[in-house]
Amino acid sequence: MLRFVVRRLLVAVLTLVVVSLVTFGLFFAVPSSPAKVMCGKNCTAADIAQVERRLGIDRPLPRQYADFVRGVFVGRTYGEGDFRQDCPAPCLGYSFRNNQPVTEIVTQRAPVTFSIVLGGAVLWLALGVSLGMVSALRRGTAFDRAAIGVTLAGASMQVYFFGLILLYLLVYSTGLLAFPSYTPLTESPLRWAAGLLLPWMTLGFLNSALYARLSRAQMLETLSEDFVRTARAKGLSARQVHTRHALRAAITPIVTIAGLDIGTSLGGTFITETIFGLQGLGKATVEAVQFLNLPVVMATVLLAAVFIVVANIVVDVLYAVIDPRVRLS
Amino acid sequence: MSDLSHPPSLTAPGDPGAGEPVVESGNGLSAGRREFVGRSPNQLAWLRLKRDRTARASAVTLVVAVLVALGAPLLSRLTGIDPTDKFVDRLNDFGMPIGYAGGISADHWLGLEPGSGRDILLQLVYGLRTSLFIAFASAAVASCIGVAVGVLAGWARGWLDSVVNWLIDLTLAFPFLIFALAVIPILQDRFYTDREAPSPAFRVALIVATFGLFSWTYTARLVRGQVISLREREFVDAARAAGAGTGHILLRQLLPNIWAPILVTVSLMVPQFIAIEAALAFVNIGVTEPTPDLGRMIFNSIGYVASDPWYTLFPGLTIFLLVLAFNLLGDALRDSLDPRSTR
Repeated sequence: MLRFVVRRLLVAVLTLVVVSLVTFGLFFAVPSSPAKVMCGKNCTAADIAQVERRLGIDRPLPRQYADFVRGVFVGRTYGEGDFRQDCPAPCLGYSFRNNQPVTEIVTQRAPVTFSIVLGGAVLWLALGVSLGMVSALRRGTAFDRAAIGVTLAGASMQVYFFGLILLYLLVYSTGLLAFPSYTPLTESPLRWAAGLLLPWMTLGFLNSALYARLSRAQMLETLSEDFVRTARAKGLSARQVHTRHALRAAITPIVTIAGLDIGTSLGGTFITETIFGLQGLGKATVEAVQFLNLPVVMATVLLAAVFIVVANIVVDVLYAVIDPRVRLS
Repeated sequence: MSDLSHPPSLTAPGDPGAGEPVVESGNGLSAGRREFVGRSPNQLAWLRLKRDRTARASAVTLVVAVLVALGAPLLSRLTGIDPTDKFVDRLNDFGMPIGYAGGISADHWLGLEPGSGRDILLQLVYGLRTSLFIAFASAAVASCIGVAVGVLAGWARGWLDSVVNWLIDLTLAFPFLIFALAVIPILQDRFYTDREAPSPAFRVALIVATFGLFSWTYTARLVRGQVISLREREFVDAARAAGAGTGHILLRQLLPNIWAPILVTVSLMVPQFIAIEAALAFVNIGVTEPTPDLGRMIFNSIGYVASDPWYTLFPGLTIFLLVLAFNLLGDALRDSLDPRSTR
C-alpha cells in the first residue's frame, strides 16, 4: 500500500513538472512581453526594460523557470533597493493588473469553487446513483423507461443553457430563490447554503443524468453476476443483496469517474461561476485570460492540474477501500 | 438480442437434401424466403442501424441541421437579411425588441436580439455553420492524429510505445478546458498586436488546432489497444507470408478491422466539441465578433434572461438538440456495430 502510494506520488510529481513546463513555456515564451501588458500603453522602452528586470523576465528561460519553482517552494524576492518586494513561500508572482499576490487571489477564490463543486457533487452522486439503482432494479417498468428518457436528455444538456433556465424559472419569473451569492461557510452556514442552492441544483441535476445512466448499466451488470446469485441463494434479504453486495461492486467505476469529475471541476467551474456571477477560480481564470494576466492564468492552470492529479491518487486508494477484489500493489 | 443479428447460416454442404422438400412443395414466395443472402458485418450493421427508429430520427435531424447550415447564404438571400444587419428601428427605447416573444414577426421568425437588433434566425443559422464546422474539423484532426499515433505505437512496441503511452497519460491529466481557455487568447496575442483585428479564420483555426491537439489521446489509446490485439492474428501473419509490406498490412489489413470503433468515437467526439466550443464562446473566448456563434449568443443573452428569455431559448435549444441528436446517433451506431452490447 505504502509503496503504491509513493510510486503514484512520484508519477504525479513528474506529471506536474511537465504540465508546469508546458504552461510556463507557452505563457512566458510566447506572448510579446508581459512587461508591456503590465506597464500599460504609454511606456518607454526604458520603463519596459526596468519592469522586465524587476520581474526577472530578462533572464534566460531555464533560469526563469528555476526562479518560479523556487518561488513556489521557498519564496522569492522581486526587484531591489527601494522597490524590493518579498514574496513568501507559496509565491506564484503578482497580478499584472493590481499587483495583488497571486497566492492571495487563489486563496480568496478557491473556497467559492470548492463550495460549488462539493455541494453539487453530493447532490449529483446521491441523485444519480439512487436513480440509476432504482431503475436497474425495476428494469423495463414505466419508471425505468421514463428515467432513461430523462437522463438521456439530461446528458446532452449544457450547463450554460440549463443554468439560465433555472435562473429564469426560479429567480426571475417566480422569485422562489434569491440570485446566488457567496457567503463564507464559517460566517453563516445557512446563508452559505441558501446562496449556493441554484449552482448546486444546476450542477447536481445535470451531472446526475450521466451518473444515473452509468450506475444503471453497472448495476444491471453486477446483478447478473454469480456472487449476487450466491448471496440470494444464501437467503439474504433483497435489501442486503442489493446494497451490501451489488451496489458495492457496481459503484467502483462510478467512484473513478466521480473522483476525476470532482478533480476537474475544482480547477474551475467557469461556466457556472459566469452564469451566477460567483467569484471562483474559473471566473478568475476567465478574467485573467482576457487581460493577459499571465501569473494568475499560470497559477490557475497549474492548480487545476494539481487537483486532477490528486483526484487520480485519491480514486486509486478509494478503490481498494471500496472494492474487496482490488488490491494495491 | 434477436437471431437477426447473426448472419443466417448457410446449409451445411454435408446434407444437401435437407431443405429441398420445403422448397419444392412451397410456392414462389416461400422459395424466395429460403434463398439465403450472404451479408457482410458492415451490411448487417447498416441494416440494424436502419431499423433503429431513434437513429433514423436523429440522423434526419442532423441532415436537416447540416443542410440548413450549408444553405445559410441562400436563406439570407431569400429573406433579404444579412446576419450582421441591425434592425434598431424595431427596438424600443430600452433596446428591447418590440412585439411579443422577443419581437417574433413575419419578417423575423425568431425575433431580434435585444441591444443590437440583429435577426436571431440568421444569427442562429450562421452560428450553426461555425459550430458544425469547428466540431467536424476538430474531430477530423483529432481522429487523424489519434489513429496515426495509435497505429504507430501499437505496431512499433518498444520505447516508441512507452513514450506514446506516457504522453497519453500526461494529456489525460491535463486540465484541457482551462488550458484551452487560457491558450487561445494568448496565442492570438502572439500573432496579432492590439491594433490589427485578427481575422475570423485565424481564430477558428486556432480553436480547431487546440481541440485537435488535446483530444487525440482517447482515439490513440483505443486504436493502440486494437492494433496490439490484432497484430498477432493469423491474417496478419498470412499477409506477411504472402510478402506484404508494413504499409500494406497497416492500411489494408489492420485499419479496415478497426474502423468501426473509430467511427463510434468520432460520432461521439463531434457533440463534445460542439458543447466545448459553445462553452468557450460562452465565456467570450471562442469565436469573436462578427462571426456568429451559438455559445456567444447565449453569453450575450445572460443580461436579458429576465426581460427577454426567448433570446436565451433559441440558441440554447439549438445546441441541446444538436448534441442530443449526435449522442443518440453515436449510441445507435455503437449498438449496431457491436451486436453484443446490450441496451
